[in-house]
Amino acid sequence: MGMTLTEKILARHANKKSVSPGDNLWVDVDVLMTHDVCGPGTIEIFRREFGPNARVWDREKVVIIPDHYIFTTDVYARRNIDILREFALEQGIRYFYDVGSPEYKGVCHVALAEEGHTRPGEVLFGTDSHTCTAGAFGEFATGIGNTDAGFIMGTGRLWVKVPPTMRFVFDGEMPSYLMAKDLILHIIGDMGVDGATYKAMEFTGEGISMLSVEEHMTLCNMAIEAGGKNGIIAPDDKTLAFVRQRTNRAFEVVYGDHDAGYESVKVYHLKEMEPVVAKPHSPDNKALVREVKGTRIDRCYIGSCTGGKMEDFKAAARIFRRNSVKVETYVVPATTEVERRLREETMDGETLYSIFEKAGAKISDGASCAACLGGPADTFGRLSGSEVCISTTNRNFPGRMGSKQSQVYLASPLTVAASAVRGVITDPREFV
Amino acid sequence: MSMKDIIKGKAYVLGNDIDTDQIIPAQHLVYSLSHPEERKMYGRYALSSVPEVQAGLPKGGIKFVEGGEDRSEYDIIIAGKNFGCGSSREHAPVALNIAGVEAVVAESYARIFYRNVVDGGFFIPFETDEHLCREIKTGDVIEIDVKKGLVKNLTMGKQYKLQPLGDVEAILRAGDIFAYARQEGMLRR
Ligand code: SF4
Repeated sequence: MGMTLTEKILARHANKKSVSPGDNLWVDVDVLMTHDVCGPGTIEIFRREFGPNARVWDREKVVIIPDHYIFTTDVYARRNIDILREFALEQGIRYFYDVGSPEYKGVCHVALAEEGHTRPGEVLFGTDSHTCTAGAFGEFATGIGNTDAGFIMGTGRLWVKVPPTMRFVFDGEMPSYLMAKDLILHIIGDMGVDGATYKAMEFTGEGISMLSVEEHMTLCNMAIEAGGKNGIIAPDDKTLAFVRQRTNRAFEVVYGDHDAGYESVKVYHLKEMEPVVAKPHSPDNKALVREVKGTRIDRCYIGSCTGGKMEDFKAAARIFRRNSVKVETYVVPATTEVERRLREETMDGETLYSIFEKAGAKISDGASCAACLGGPADTFGRLSGSEVCISTTNRNFPGRMGSKQSQVYLASPLTVAASAVRGVITDPREFV
Repeated sequence: MSMKDIIKGKAYVLGNDIDTDQIIPAQHLVYSLSHPEERKMYGRYALSSVPEVQAGLPKGGIKFVEGGEDRSEYDIIIAGKNFGCGSSREHAPVALNIAGVEAVVAESYARIFYRNVVDGGFFIPFETDEHLCREIKTGDVIEIDVKKGLVKNLTMGKQYKLQPLGDVEAILRAGDIFAYARQEGMLRR
């Protein structure tokens, strides 16, 4: 029997002809990413285990992207960034996107892609659970903790258990009112937050090939919310073009075999699907938007690695360009590149930035994770009381966005924008 | 950490889907783990974001760590499905370790959390098919017999089976992934 895309990549990186789900392998790592929250702990473990004078295994393969607690006066948060800076200098880390420098990028998962660190066929580990985002580029990408990252820093290797693959096929054309976020919330709602634990989630079908690279990223991003080990999509022409535009490094494209074995195959028909939300306090608490429409909200939030990319803002702008917001609406570009493009790219002759401004949204001055994970008290958009918020982010666990008393609904940028305009949860089909 | 044969202590009981934000809220991720005083903060805020009604089942409203303390009086956590879901922050198992947790018995774990526990050797993550979070009450005295794979509720005089630790037992016995890799000759030093 052949191998799935995930199995094939892992086999190659373990120097094996073939592998099966359940096998434990030591794999060679192409990229290790860390950020300001987990970097300092990783560095500490690396030094503890490999000695104070140790060198990282490859200074071009360790990518350091501060992004979480950036625009805050919190002294501890600032100290973490100092630790990264000092380490990057000491080790001669080639790819360090320092805060306050022209290299500063913002949210790591989007930054990795924009800067050409996500390449088909490779193995990427990151100290962040949403590292699975990079599966959109046809690579094996998953999140790990500081101990594993410290181990990779010193050795360039890590053990993995080969996951079985669950296949999700999206049939038919993608309707204009649906986004990748709806598809993944749908899957998570059907399977539960532990429905894919230890498993690879592969997305395919006509609907998937119609989606943009960024929408692919959104799908893979939330594989972890179903407990998945990785999300993955076979690279298509536009994905390859995206990668080639952003890196000179050679990579070898890998595809799954035709006779590969899947643990399960689930087919979704796009024309039967509707916009969805995840109600508080779990990403699998699915409801159709029309079932909860009219729910009062205090705040809208458009940002994060899931919902703060160009495609997300373009979708929101489709609704904002003729309408103003009725509730506080926070807009946070994921990266400095997105931020710049919001000021450059236009819709009907107007920049997206100006569309958001005129609609009355509050636009963050700077790209970062911001309130997606609460953070220090002075974080932009952070929930601090019993607000009801509808958000394009990926998690609505109790307290995730800052306050245990708050309630967060997760939805697509279209649904969030439509809700912002009406001041209550609203089906985007009323606008598009 | 060397693995004990018998782990005994008071149980703290939680339900399903306890995520890492509940185990250690994001605003506390800034303290340094190598700084002895700051390190204690992780113990102080361990499980501080679990909603009141679910904190210490079946009654709820029971603090895992008393205000101002940084060690918990509970040594063993009993939980339902998908324990440790959410972010990859290793601060979560570390916080439980600093608070004094020696073992968790859950129906299942989220993958990254489980790896972190094993590779960092922070405590023993046992799995069981029994719905212990409905059987055991917070405060019950529990004894885990690691060799026999049994968990006993000494307060109620009942015992239940644990699943074998499987592949990860070698890493847990070695202490952590580094000790294991050295033992296997994969790391010199
Ligand atoms: S934007 Fe949110 S989910 Fe994405 S990396 Fe930042 S904190 Fe994590």
